[in-house]
Amino acid sequence: MPEAGAARLERAFRDAGRPLFVPYVMGGYPDLDASRRHARLLARHADIIELGIPFSDPLADGPTIQAAGQAALDAGIRPSDVLAIADDLRDGPPVVVMTYFNTVIAHGAAEFMAEAASHGVAGLIIPDLPVDEAADIRAAARAAGVALIALAAPTTDDARMQQIGAEAEGFVYLVAVTGVTGGEMSMDDRLRALADRARRHIPVPVVVGFGVRTPEQAAQIGQIADGVVIASEIIRRIGDAPDPPAADAAVDAFGAGIAEALAR
Amino acid sequence: MSVNMRFGPYGGRYVPETVIGALDELTEAYKHYCDDPDFRSELGVLLGHYVGRPTPLYRARRLEEAWGLDDGLWFKREDLCHTGAHKINNALGQVLLARRMGKQRIIAETGAGQHGVATATASALVGLGCRVYMGRTDMQRQRLNVIRMRMLGAEVTPVDSGSGTLKDATSEAIRDWVTNVDTTHYIIGSAVGPAPYPEIVAEFQSVIGIEARAQMLEETGGLPGTVVACVGGGSNAIGTFRGFIDDPDVALVGVEAGGEGPAGRHGASLALGRPGVLHGSYSYLLQDDDGQVAEAHSVSAGLDYPGVGPEHSYLRDIGRVRYVDATDEAALSAFLECSRREGLIPALETSHALAHVRDAASQLRQAGPVLICLSGRGDKDVDQAGAALGIDASA
Repeated sequence: MPEAGAARLERAFRDAGRPLFVPYVMGGYPDLDASRRHARLLARHADIIELGIPFSDPLADGPTIQAAGQAALDAGIRPSDVLAIADDLRDGPPVVVMTYFNTVIAHGAAEFMAEAASHGVAGLIIPDLPVDEAADIRAAARAAGVALIALAAPTTDDARMQQIGAEAEGFVYLVAVTGVTGGEMSMDDRLRALADRARRHIPVPVVVGFGVRTPEQAAQIGQIADGVVIASEIIRRIGDAPDPPAADAAVDAFGAGIAEALAR
Repeated sequence: MSVNMRFGPYGGRYVPETVIGALDELTEAYKHYCDDPDFRSELGVLLGHYVGRPTPLYRARRLEEAWGLDDGLWFKREDLCHTGAHKINNALGQVLLARRMGKQRIIAETGAGQHGVATATASALVGLGCRVYMGRTDMQRQRLNVIRMRMLGAEVTPVDSGSGTLKDATSEAIRDWVTNVDTTHYIIGSAVGPAPYPEIVAEFQSVIGIEARAQMLEETGGLPGTVVACVGGGSNAIGTFRGFIDDPDVALVGVEAGGEGPAGRHGASLALGRPGVLHGSYSYLLQDDDGQVAEAHSVSAGLDYPGVGPEHSYLRDIGRVRYVDATDEAALSAFLECSRREGLIPALETSHALAHVRDAASQLRQAGPVLICLSGRGDKDVDQAGAALGIDASA
């Protein structure tokens, strides 16, 4: 039996020696090969890779990720295509898959978890599955050796933080802003207090995401949390690139810049 | 009292963590106020003097004769509600809740525009700012309602994602809510969404069925044999059915959008979908093998939705309600027939219920009187139905 996802994720935090960089790649955007290349390029700088499965109705996502996901769906990308990208990353940092809940239950939770595990996926982030609805899915994930990564938000009160912490494995994804992905976070006392509160109640590492765009912001997050997720900004840079080589170069350079900022 | 969070396995709260606190707050507020005499009295006065309740029960004698329904065909006249449909029953109730919760801003999604107009109206009445999300396709086909909402002071925001219809408008409204949850109350217009919405909407709409049952007893001395309502998300249907759910001899029939017919596109989630999660609840859903939500189709914007309320899924599974469908074509011809035989121009949504009763009349007549929830009037549909039926204003 291979090492369970939760243990691999926890080891990633122990081994990094700095706040973790968790970049997001939308599977199948701008096409399947490109997303595989981008994931490999980012793996050179990242500590965990977050791989997104496109979904028709992504409630937690802002326009950038919505549009990227829709483009992938229009090109016929299926969840199994995205999970297969993880095969290429087996010798790199652990992979967590971001998927909406209906994708999981449409395949059957146990089947989905088994397939994810067979591709070496360490964890699963399901943004529309709050902790109180997650018991069955968590059991299915555990049985397959996949960690179910919980989310916490600015509106999560202390009691719920404790509930989330009690069930957490791998790490917890703390949403920096009250909103959807792709907005703009700002480092202020509120965010500091939120991160403090989360780390007080949650025994596993806490990673902050939503609205992080620049190396400076990443470094600021690194001072208050165990890691930082960057998603929409990477997709924006891919979309802005004039051609595929330029997109590859932009992804690589951006990843290097974030990793460097976190190491300082 | 407790609030239903699930109907059998259906329902739940499959939403981002950010709005869970707001759902808890809404659940608590609803528990607190739903039996509060001041709240009920304020809502009751408005339903009476502002909406025009109780709405009449009307016997549609000319259609009854044409369709051979010898025991009687009755309409529960929700089309006579202020703003032209049953949607105002829920919008007023929720606006009064929102004010008590101290929210400063109201948002809503709308398909046909009736819920948007009702929410814009209720918001104007209590002085709260209002934004309505509406798919671009729907803004074109329900143009008059867009103008009404804007006249009422609401901001109407077009939604371009997906097919530009109700599903996409609902997703966008939820994103707004996730972002502005501290100040904003989201008024869902149908009996869908995360708990406690399906229960709250059903309860505010149950006034339809409760009134209709008493009126049938008074007018006929008995209960109807069959109660029929159209189902998109299913708010007028659940509101009507709740009045009769404990009467085992009353057959309940929900009519979904059959769209282009068996081989084409449609909105018949209960007949042809399978359970999944959309917009926060687990319920029957049109989707592909990967769980990607399918685009629905209906001539009526209000039924053009790939999901359905979780209570309907439960009532389907236990066999208490029979769900059928009516095609675009059947609905359009029933629309015209009701207009010409009764002088009542029904909403295209409602026309699906009429079409089913017409087409199944030979079976329905054996079960006693038929009651239809005439959920809305068709003023909003005159452009679109006129184009489909070849009726225009040329000299």
